Amino acid sequence: MTAKACCGPASTAAVPEAPACCGAPARADQEPHETTCCGAPEATPAEYSYSPAPYVIGRVQTAAGPVPRVSSELGRADRLGAWRVRWGIRRGDYRVRPGLYALGEPGATSPVLVTANYKLTFDALRASMGEAGVWLLVVDTRGINVWCAAGKGTFSAGEVARMVRESRLAEVVDHRRLILPQLSAPGVAAHQVYEACGFRVTFGPVRAADIPAFLAAGRKADAAMRTVTFDLRERLVLAPAELKVLWDRRMLLAYAGAIAVSSVDGDGVSLRRGLRRGLPLIGATGLAVLAGGGITPALLPWLPGRSFSLKGAAAGAAVAAGAVALSGDRLSPAAKVALLAGVPAASSYAAMNFTGSSSITSPSGVEFEMRRAMPLQAAGAVLAVGAWSASRLGR
Amino acid sequence: MAVLRYIEQTVTLELDAGLCNGCGLCTAVCPRGVFEMNGGRAELVDRGACLECGACALNCVTGAISVTPGVGCAQAIINGWLTGSEPNCDCDGAC
Repeated sequence: MTAKACCGPASTAAVPEAPACCGAPARADQEPHETTCCGAPEATPAEYSYSPAPYVIGRVQTAAGPVPRVSSELGRADRLGAWRVRWGIRRGDYRVRPGLYALGEPGATSPVLVTANYKLTFDALRASMGEAGVWLLVVDTRGINVWCAAGKGTFSAGEVARMVRESRLAEVVDHRRLILPQLSAPGVAAHQVYEACGFRVTFGPVRAADIPAFLAAGRKADAAMRTVTFDLRERLVLAPAELKVLWDRRMLLAYAGAIAVSSVDGDGVSLRRGLRRGLPLIGATGLAVLAGGGITPALLPWLPGRSFSLKGAAAGAAVAAGAVALSGDRLSPAAKVALLAGVPAASSYAAMNFTGSSSITSPSGVEFEMRRAMPLQAAGAVLAVGAWSASRLGR
Repeated sequence: MAVLRYIEQTVTLELDAGLCNGCGLCTAVCPRGVFEMNGGRAELVDRGACLECGACALNCVTGAISVTPGVGCAQAIINGWLTGSEPNCDCDGAC
């Protein structure tokens, strides 16, 4: 499956007769306050292994027993792990064991920050807190970040309440307040958490880095703290996951297929011919993915239109035009047609897939643009394959 | 106003201000500055910026807000088309 940095839509109840369960999907417009099943664990805890925990640097004794203390500093293993998952390498296997953790020297009145068990998320949180004494309550989101888990319904009122009970939080602190990341709100109804476990929810800021300021302001998030951003750095950090499609298994098979098909001709089979005609096709694919998954995210605000598919097509067209201009007479006219049709089409598709990684797209908007763009992308692809077949690409 | 904007004409968000109890939670959970409180009632000040994440509707105890929630992810919508079910990114453990 194409690994997306984000996704996890509101999977609606697979079983229609199942009552709308906390945090999960059926939310929308149907009296979410009438659901009663919250508090029940949404699913049995997943059985899987957790990443090693070198960030645990000791223990804090509490009325509910010892609680692991974690470091507020990121070490080499953390940075290496972050780099690995940004490149999409075993991204699904980067989990923190759910439960209660101590950061600094928290006491019975210290704030409780609730977070997801994706280690990248957990690391961002502990690294932003300095030596402040706080409790971190890590809920089981199957190793998925806050926003996506909320969209999937795994970061839910029921899961928060389950972890509150399982960690015996009520014995550790003498207040009854939880601070949840703002972006968990698509999955967590604050009133349902209270009904299920007696703890009141305050939604914190979007970014962990703003939590100290949020706490200092008396648990108030200002407008900037509440707003998602999608600046250049945030867009580029996602680019590796978009580019890695170039060497995923299906793509390698497609490359092999292109070379194999190109090798066969009326004159017989020639690997040399296969490479000569197949490699330019692979190069064109590289250009398209670079345009759609790299250039489009980087230049998102400045490319034309609102839809990602149009922005991607524009970036692809520019790249293809540049390649055609640079190629001079080394490419046949048919090969140039193939480039000019295929690269924008594939770049458009790659850019469209970046919608899932972005923080500005709505599902209705994505479906709207897909219904318009995909027939054109398909037409471009057909034209490109036809022209490529007719050409002696890279003759 | 959010800086980066997306397709606006398809947004499904609706607010029935008559049902609003003035709790203000919608303004606290919205990541796009769609709502503001005005005279003790919520008001849509930037409806076109809505991502349809569903946080406001889920946290509105009076049911004043409705939206068709989901995540704006092409892969999820394709998976939904292929399986004939709701959009699902099928990226358990991947996102």
